[in-house]
Amino acid sequence: MSRAHRPLLPRPSLRFIPVWRRNLRVWRKMMMPSLLGNFGEPVLYLLAFGYGFGRLVGELDGMSYMVFIASGIICSSAMFTASFEGMYSAYTRMAEQNTWLAMLGTPLTLDDIVFAEAVWAASKGLISAAAILVVASALGLVTDVRALLALPVVFLAAFTFGSLALVITAVARSYDFFLYYFTLAVTPMLLLSGVFFPLQEMPEWVQRLAFALPLAHVVEIVRPLMTGRWPTGVGLHLTVIVSYGAVALILATTLIHRRLIR
Amino acid sequence: MSPEPVTTVPAASVASRVSGTLGIEDRPALAVDIRGLRKVYDGTAAVDGIDLAIPAGEFFGLLGPNGAGKTTTLRMLLGLTPIDAGSVRVLGMSIPEQEREIRKHLGVVPQFDTLDPDFTVEENLLTYASYFGLSGPVLAQRIEDLLELANLETRRRSRINTLSGGMKRRLTLARALINQPELVILDEPTTGLDPQARHHLWRQLRRLRDRGVTLVLTTHYMEEAEELCDRIAIIDAGRIIACDSPRALIAAHVEPWVISLSARSARRFIADPSALPARMLEIADSWLIYTADPAAVRAELDAAGLPHATRAANLEDVFLRLTGHDLRE
Repeated sequence: MSRAHRPLLPRPSLRFIPVWRRNLRVWRKMMMPSLLGNFGEPVLYLLAFGYGFGRLVGELDGMSYMVFIASGIICSSAMFTASFEGMYSAYTRMAEQNTWLAMLGTPLTLDDIVFAEAVWAASKGLISAAAILVVASALGLVTDVRALLALPVVFLAAFTFGSLALVITAVARSYDFFLYYFTLAVTPMLLLSGVFFPLQEMPEWVQRLAFALPLAHVVEIVRPLMTGRWPTGVGLHLTVIVSYGAVALILATTLIHRRLIR
Repeated sequence: MSPEPVTTVPAASVASRVSGTLGIEDRPALAVDIRGLRKVYDGTAAVDGIDLAIPAGEFFGLLGPNGAGKTTTLRMLLGLTPIDAGSVRVLGMSIPEQEREIRKHLGVVPQFDTLDPDFTVEENLLTYASYFGLSGPVLAQRIEDLLELANLETRRRSRINTLSGGMKRRLTLARALINQPELVILDEPTTGLDPQARHHLWRQLRRLRDRGVTLVLTTHYMEEAEELCDRIAIIDAGRIIACDSPRALIAAHVEPWVISLSARSARRFIADPSALPARMLEIADSWLIYTADPAAVRAELDAAGLPHATRAANLEDVFLRLTGHDLRE
């Protein structure tokens, strides 16, 4: 009966905030290793790829390879961080620690909880992107203040990737299940969205496929902002990102509801 | 087996027990009002037409073999399981429409540990309170009180995985009380606890009842239900097959005395069971003789030189009589 009455659109309330703060409280306990990863990884990537590869590549799209890759991994890192959070960490809270079950003994609803998890995944994505921005600025790769505008875009994108990850979590039976998603969705997106090399080098059909997925659109907005230019076609890019996020959030909420409320 | 429908409206009013401690004078007379409740999984009814009226302030027990429908019933009270048919009203509000409002006034002690392993004892209470929108000095005081109640003041900064099973249970109960609930639902709260821990928890639960809190509990321990509950419903195959005070259930369903003897002795003794003024039952390695006239039976056993023991009938006898002796999965 209550399932039939359930509206299709999730209706999260402001009560999602305490759930988000709970996750923040846990993160703060392990802040140092977490931040070390956030800062350390981009430094390694930038140095290894930038110096190692950049020497061979020289300039790309009128910028040094270091700048090119810095503006790419800020997007892919947000995707990875949000995806990890929406899968491994959220699954742990849902299936291993029964954290969500405990929350359902309080005035929280699953709509609140799932929304909070998506916002939290977005927050983690934002933290990692901000760390890369700091590192890239310190290395002199980012000089234009417009780069700051990339952060809200990255937050939105990370919300989308977090919501997509929560859809996978909703149907996962174990941690191993997440490898399907990483292999079939995350890695192809990473390689085909213009993070490491320009999409224009790829065959036409690959480009079309890339723009059917969200990450390429994120890169299209973020790279110009990071390199002191204004992006074009922002409306279209944002529409794709938001649409993926909205559909994923609805799907994730519905599937998690079906899984836990039975 | 198709038992007669059992009415579950209590004989005695408990309004007098509603204390002022909670400051709830105008609360609905029934804390729980379930009518014609049904839940079907894959064509099998887990809950098959349950009616249940639990007055505010009562300590109510749900007993039944595994798979009888206890947990499903509790889950429907919490809105964790969709209702297939019938209605559930909790604290005068209806499920599922007013679920969120209901849960503001509810305390839940789940069957499995749902404490947050990333947090300390104190952080667990603080975080859980935040889900109710509680914060500030009032909450700080409440947490102090609950730590004291749970006997965990010295463990406030301990991680959850360093606590014993009994401590975890106490913390779970304390957590369930953070919003000063009018109704507390406990799903097998003492399973796996040692006797000391169990008695400590019992004392807490009685104290709550004395303060006018309504309690609904499921348990596998008959002596626990007999000890704590004002009224008990015995559920089997999704239906309530008996509902009354423990004393009344015993009086209605079994003979007042039980004499037990070993199976080997029994085989020598019982040539013609119908000759005895008693009902006999074989359980595992012993025989139970239910009788209203223990003296007569004991005389027979003594004459045959067989060792035996006599005790008063209890809730377990009622339970076994009503739900049978077959092992449940």
